[in-house]
Amino acid sequence: MVQITLTVNAEPVDAAFAPYKTLLEVLREDLNLCGTKHGCELGECGACAVLLDGQPVLSCLVLGVDCGGRTVTTVEGLASDGRLHPLQETFADLGAAQCGYCTPGFLVTAKALLDEHPRPTRDQIRDALSGNLCRCTGYQQIYEAVEAAIGQAGPKGPALRDTRTDASSVRRPGPFGPGTDQSR
Amino acid sequence: MRRRRWPVADPNTTPYVGRAMKRIEDPRLIRGEGTYTDDLRLPGMVHAAILRSPHAHARIRKIDTTAAKAIPGVVAVLTGADVNASCGLVPCAAAIPDLKAPKHTVLAGDRVYFVGHAVAVAVASDPYIARDAIEAIDVDYDPLPVVTNAEDAVKIGSPLTHPDLGSNVAYTHNVSGGGNIDEAFRKADRIVKHRLYHQRLTPMPIEPRGVVASYHTGEGTLTLWTATQIPHLIRTLLPGMIGVPENKMRIVAPEVGGGFGAKLNVYPEEALIAHLAMRLHTPVKWIESRRDNAAATIHGRDQVGEYEVAVKNDGTILGLKSKTIADLGSYLQLLTPAVPTLTGLVLTGCYTIPAVKMEIVGVYTNKMATDAYRGAGRPEATYLIERLMDVVAQELKIDRLDLRLKHFPAPGDFPFPTSCGLVYDSGNYAAALTKAKQLANWDQLLKDRAAARAAGKLSGIGVSTYVEICAMGPSKAMPAGGWEWGCVRMEISAKVTVITGVSPHGQGQETTFAQIVADRVGVPIEDVVILHGDTSVAHYGRDTYGSRGTAVGGTAIVMCIDKMIAKAKTLAAHLFETTSDHVVFENGRFTSPGVTNRVITWPELAGEFYVAKNLPPGLEPGLEASSFFEPQNFTFPFGTHICAVDLDRDTGHVKITKYVAVDDCGPQINPLIVEGQVQGGIAHSIGQVLFEQTIYNEDGQLVTGEFMDYAIPRAHDIPDYILGSTVTPSPINPLGVKGVGEAGTIGATPAIANAVMDALEPLGITHMNLPMTPEKVWQAIKTKT
Repeated sequence: MVQITLTVNAEPVDAAFAPYKTLLEVLREDLNLCGTKHGCELGECGACAVLLDGQPVLSCLVLGVDCGGRTVTTVEGLASDGRLHPLQETFADLGAAQCGYCTPGFLVTAKALLDEHPRPTRDQIRDALSGNLCRCTGYQQIYEAVEAAIGQAGPKGPALRDTRTDASSVRRPGPFGPGTDQSR
Repeated sequence: MRRRRWPVADPNTTPYVGRAMKRIEDPRLIRGEGTYTDDLRLPGMVHAAILRSPHAHARIRKIDTTAAKAIPGVVAVLTGADVNASCGLVPCAAAIPDLKAPKHTVLAGDRVYFVGHAVAVAVASDPYIARDAIEAIDVDYDPLPVVTNAEDAVKIGSPLTHPDLGSNVAYTHNVSGGGNIDEAFRKADRIVKHRLYHQRLTPMPIEPRGVVASYHTGEGTLTLWTATQIPHLIRTLLPGMIGVPENKMRIVAPEVGGGFGAKLNVYPEEALIAHLAMRLHTPVKWIESRRDNAAATIHGRDQVGEYEVAVKNDGTILGLKSKTIADLGSYLQLLTPAVPTLTGLVLTGCYTIPAVKMEIVGVYTNKMATDAYRGAGRPEATYLIERLMDVVAQELKIDRLDLRLKHFPAPGDFPFPTSCGLVYDSGNYAAALTKAKQLANWDQLLKDRAAARAAGKLSGIGVSTYVEICAMGPSKAMPAGGWEWGCVRMEISAKVTVITGVSPHGQGQETTFAQIVADRVGVPIEDVVILHGDTSVAHYGRDTYGSRGTAVGGTAIVMCIDKMIAKAKTLAAHLFETTSDHVVFENGRFTSPGVTNRVITWPELAGEFYVAKNLPPGLEPGLEASSFFEPQNFTFPFGTHICAVDLDRDTGHVKITKYVAVDDCGPQINPLIVEGQVQGGIAHSIGQVLFEQTIYNEDGQLVTGEFMDYAIPRAHDIPDYILGSTVTPSPINPLGVKGVGEAGTIGATPAIANAVMDALEPLGITHMNLPMTPEKVWQAIKTKT
């Protein structure tokens, strides 16, 4: 067993674990933070993404013993003071989660993008998220959710129930939205 | 905030149905609080790891587990000889006449038949020790001849996958219908022939499979948590394998991280892990690795066929003949042999084709079993008929849209009986095509293509008009029944608890069902809870696959609501001192105009039902109803997809420059969810047409064993979609809904493939197998320029 002290989701944590464990395994098995998912254990799918000192990493490729004194943010740490992170809001608003298994990895990766590039273009979003695999959504609702969170990322996000109806921000006609013709 | 395509639906406004409500599932998922199988921990739980065959075909001479058993922390190391007698055979539910089936034990007996075949299991105090233990097992294999190509497997002298069956042919299935096929071909001016290959695909849900089993020795009860789409079918089939009676078995599908058909199965591990929990008297967990998922979870597609179309010179199609070889892999999983027969059912697509004949030969090879992967048989049929329509149009120099329009049944022709023996419920195929053309700005697309070609570019446009089979299905057509069960209960607090037999795993039915229930019962949507995925809660069900959830499961719930309201009216009438026929129910309020001004609401009625002090004679206490819905037919969603591509002459890269999809799934309960299903489905097709292929080499080694080798689309591979819809209700269920889970995958593959072939047409290239990878496209361009 090895013992380290690190900061996880803004809390100092002492962790004792077998030295061969990855950060993913330490988080899930020793710190009981199961929000971060295992998808391949090969660094290929992004389901295990977390922020290490603010940078997105694949926690299945990071050894737990290398995390002493460092700062880890997982999906469980995105909300603060009972408020969801704006990305969590927009992911729900725009249907960016289906089965939800890849969602934690996308959320933290997108957070890292917005922290570094507050106004990314869609191509930048595509590139930033291309290490995260989603088999359900086809990604478009994920891009849109990230775009919708632009300008909102910061310590004070909106409340959980978002009832804004900013139709003027619509870029192209909604295929199913109100006012589009659906020939019956 | 930059863009929001629709306002977020106000949860205080009704009706809920038809609006883009935020999903009820999401608050837990976006916080990382969903509980998936791998998140479960039980006291005393031990961990299993499975040793799999590195050979595609071999005799097992000897297995030595001594070293593995000696590792500290190892609880048990077991082989087929230890467990197969207690675990029964892995079931295949498909009924195909004269099917030759190998015995499918949970661990290999004296032979292995594919790379990934489970050979032994180690159980240990933690998963790391279990993995070390399987590496310490010494298996002495004697490799045998291998066959991995289904067309080779039917040749005389081919190595046999299962020598005891005497042949690699599992079955031959003929579909024929409509008029006389020979006469159709005699009358033809021309016979257009084409060979089409539908490559093997790996479903690759991001959550691999996993099982946790716990056996209560005193009660003799088994609880099995498994990452599955079908907890109820497992509860039906597992008792026959491990001997625990159905009514002492609880199957739970917790949060499930994507299925796409890969989790529509009864797998050896489900019986094996259950058996281990019983045998070792402690809970056992097994979580699949990604490499195991690629090797030992079902694959899809893998059909190759020769197709012939009999046509008149004016484009009239007289008949369609085909011979398809379907690669089943080495074993029959739950529906393996049935999937290719679904191809035969929609072979004629959305066209009037008077005569049809299809021969399907199911073949064993030394590979993992194929089974139902998203669309299951319909993508294969749609790809072939839609490629054939383009090939016919090209040979006859007819406009490909005109050719399609010429063969559409008119809206008045529905219900439309097809030559393949189905009756399409409702449709307006031309309307979807027209709308897609509008959204795509079709005339401009043609001009752009002409300009691009004039500038020496390779630019193409592809179209597919599809129809598919959803809402599976009438019980007469489903091996284990196709009905669905539901239960709706109003609690004493007037909260509504809904239990469904379908088992959603990303489709959002906790939301769509709540929308339906809240509207029909007349309660706030927050007061509705949808329970699913646990056979001790949802006692009966037929689960989630074939886009059946809302059309079949939703209808069972509507039936429950109708019964519940009828019962409530009886009590309301009693309280109004009148008869039920004088009670009006609307928006959660019971009134009796002309009798009394009094209004009774649910809280009052619910209280009366449960305190039960003022019920009329003969009326039972409690307010709950359950129903089984038996659909009289499938439903048949349809649509038109249009795709434009540019090919890079130097790299062979295919860039999708425009993608338009118009899908008609009937009325949409939640357009946000419908859109997500369509977009996700199209992404599977982009993968299939441009990158994905499950490859075994000639020795039967799996080359595509992880995401580095099996390329599912990534974010930068996906274009911006333009989506539209038409709404043609189905007459088969009271909601009019058709289903939308597989439409994207069915409609998109031929649209994209047709676009690539259209781009290559000026070079005289008329055929390319899927997937149309940059290398293949580049090679094709190279040989013609």
